[in-house]
Amino acid sequence: MLVRLSAAIAAICLLTGAAYAQGAAKPTDPQIAHIAYTAGQLDIEAAKQALKISKNKEVKAFASDMVRDHTAVNKQALALVKKLKVTPEDNDTSRSLTKQADAKRAELNKLKGRAFDKAYVDNEVAYHKTVDSALESTLIPSANNAELKSLLQTGLKIFQGHEQHAEHVASELK
Amino acid sequence: MTPRRICLAAVALFGLISVSAQAATIQVTIDNLVFVPAEVTAKVGDTVEWVNKDILAHTATAMNGDWNVVIAPKQTARLVVKKPGNVDYFCKYHPNMKGRVVVTP
Repeated sequence: MLVRLSAAIAAICLLTGAAYAQGAAKPTDPQIAHIAYTAGQLDIEAAKQALKISKNKEVKAFASDMVRDHTAVNKQALALVKKLKVTPEDNDTSRSLTKQADAKRAELNKLKGRAFDKAYVDNEVAYHKTVDSALESTLIPSANNAELKSLLQTGLKIFQGHEQHAEHVASELK
Repeated sequence: MTPRRICLAAVALFGLISVSAQAATIQVTIDNLVFVPAEVTAKVGDTVEWVNKDILAHTATAMNGDWNVVIAPKQTARLVVKKPGNVDYFCKYHPNMKGRVVVTP
């Protein structure tokens, strides 16, 4: 738990730290759009891995829910950036999120059965917590465009819902 | 069957029809991951209708296990309530979404 917690804290620091490191105190809308989209895509990747490896009915159902929800939200996000004529811009936060997710996937790829299920679901709890904090503390307050802000606020509710859902699945695995 | 009994049967039948004709539909809207209104009151036999305005699938899942309604994105789903009582429910996919149906006899 301590390891997980510190990993989550480190991730939050990276997220917020990266935003500050860019010189500007806050990320721009094109960067925010990129971060939010990336966060969704990474969770879809994680879910696809779970659908391939896990044999647990509940874990697979959870993973399918993640693919369905994040696909729907990212579709909406793409429609919004198109409408706003904003080109999502890659940035340090997106890159560090991707790097961490890649490392996690490689780590999980070595596991199977119960060990995989537990590691996947625990990481989903931690990951959603990290994204929730980033949305609340940095991304939502920094967003300039009202529609982008509103989509992020919906995104926060979805991520918070997923976090609770993941916590429920984690408690069932114990 | 005596005329009196026939009459009683007719009254009973008519009574049934008129009760079912009175069954109401109570609407709950799902907008941006919120059940609105959060609490509705229905009579046994009434229909609760969830109108999902979100781009996400949701469920209305009774915490006591009595029912589980899946509401696809931009769709409407219905449930006829059969037992009196207060039923708290939530969305299985987003457990931060909560509501309550108060079912009166």
